[in-house]
Amino acid sequence: MSGHSTYTPSNGFTRWIDERLPIIRLSYDSFVAYPTPRNLNYWWTFGGILSMMLAVQLITGIVLVMHYTPNTAMAFTSVEHIMRDVNWGWLLRYMHANGASMFFIAVYIHILRGMYYGSYKAPREILWILGVVIFLLMMATAFMGYVLPWGQMSFWGATVITNLFSAIPVIGDPIVIWLWGGFSVDNPTLNRFFSLHYLLPFVIAAVVVLHVWALHVVGQNNPAGVEVKSEQDTVAFTPYATLKDAFGMAVFLVFFAWFLFYTPNYMGHPDNYIPANPMVTPAHIVPEWYFLPFYAILRSVPDKLGGVIAMFGSIAVLFVLPWLDTSKVKSGRYRPLFKQFFWLLVIAGLGLGYLGSQPAEGGYVIASRILTAWYFFHFLVILPVLGLIEKPKPVPESITADVLAKNAAH
Amino acid sequence: MATMDTAEPSRRDFLYIATGAVAAVGAASAVWPFIDQMNPDASALALASTEVDVSAVAPGQIITVKWRGKPVFIRNRTPEEMKALAAMDVKGLKDPQSDADRVKKGHENLLVVVGVCTHLGCVPLGNAGDHHGWFCPCHGSHYDASGRIHAGPAPLNLPVPPYEFISDKVVKIG
Repeated sequence: MSGHSTYTPSNGFTRWIDERLPIIRLSYDSFVAYPTPRNLNYWWTFGGILSMMLAVQLITGIVLVMHYTPNTAMAFTSVEHIMRDVNWGWLLRYMHANGASMFFIAVYIHILRGMYYGSYKAPREILWILGVVIFLLMMATAFMGYVLPWGQMSFWGATVITNLFSAIPVIGDPIVIWLWGGFSVDNPTLNRFFSLHYLLPFVIAAVVVLHVWALHVVGQNNPAGVEVKSEQDTVAFTPYATLKDAFGMAVFLVFFAWFLFYTPNYMGHPDNYIPANPMVTPAHIVPEWYFLPFYAILRSVPDKLGGVIAMFGSIAVLFVLPWLDTSKVKSGRYRPLFKQFFWLLVIAGLGLGYLGSQPAEGGYVIASRILTAWYFFHFLVILPVLGLIEKPKPVPESITADVLAKNAAH
Repeated sequence: MATMDTAEPSRRDFLYIATGAVAAVGAASAVWPFIDQMNPDASALALASTEVDVSAVAPGQIITVKWRGKPVFIRNRTPEEMKALAAMDVKGLKDPQSDADRVKKGHENLLVVVGVCTHLGCVPLGNAGDHHGWFCPCHGSHYDASGRIHAGPAPLNLPVPPYEFISDKVVKIG
């Protein structure tokens, strides 16, 4: 896909630039002339939506730092100062807090789209792995950002998550003390989390560049899951994909705005409006909603180290997904059994999310164990076996054939 | 490059390896200050001890004091609680330890433990749980009145911090 360039400088000035730093050529080849499969559906607009959300988080975050104080004595009040005194502070903070949730909604849809249409399969393994790296960086960034307001959930979330490392035999405790910079979560912890929370989004941006680079080398997957074979299988990125992405972003912004303006605290926890108190743990501590499935997996294992391994394993398994799925057919559209198991996995994930929000007792624990086992069973057993026993439906011979067949049916 | 031309290692190969080794040692020693700066600093280490007057802790009462930023529970156990603890069979516990090993001689009724759940660091609630000791609301660990783990995901008993009685009334923790 990253073949010959079709850019021709239109005047002497752009030609002068092109001979010295071909940056206009790079942008033109990547975002104007770049050929995209002509059958992409709206699930493919989430890449653009995610880029937009990264920009929203960066801009609102940089502005919030102008008013925030990273010190245990002042962090909570400085956030309230942003909410009450700073011009438009309430809007900027709600944008940033709800923006994080929107970012995760979009990334979960983006990941599930990749899973359904087999976008992780050859030659897109590195593209997929870079995506998992971005997901991990997002989780680290969101976790550290949630600590900054220094409310009760901030403090106890930080305590529980950093304590995960104490499960490591022998070196676990020194690692936790090193992470804290003391003997409990305290001012040194808040300061370093602030520093890293500012740094990591730029690391994410850098990995996004690699992700897009890898995408432009191998080309986009598409709902048919067959590779581009001729020029008639594609349309130019601009205006086709540009406008489709822009429409997707606009609809997503309406969704975002609804939360932002009508129920800005819906996805937060009231306990985080209580200043951090190292002497009292809230009766029911839960992480932010986007971590709940992983939290349920952590709690489903009755052993401390086992729970931590299961939780990290649930993400680690995504790195090797390209090699676990043995089917040659990419798109779930042509895989009747895979399709059903895909939706079962989605239900299991949602179920784990619900269970993560409930107390760790009785039936909730049993249900978490069943769904955790199912999660791993899906990746480690079902996907490798399905590829061997499933009889896929006939795959269209080309993207154009797929589009024509669809139009003929109407 | 030299190795491509001749099978014998040359003096240039030796120089490459020696230079690389020195550079690696140099880089590692330059990295260390950047890692070690995250460890507890002098001011955090200086807050190492706390003195508490325990004479006012009534039987059955638990007080919480702060030591190194963490809660420490001081519990004056009632005679009934002491009797129940003495009758308990501790061999089957995850972290078997007798109550006598967790208190100071002459002050057996007074238990001093760090009030941080050994699972993931929450503060357990006093006089709660299946064994009337402590119960951690975060992930459901049950401790007895000696702070020993009976049920739940926590792997260890509530730790006893280093402490001593500097008089009959005052305990110095740390």
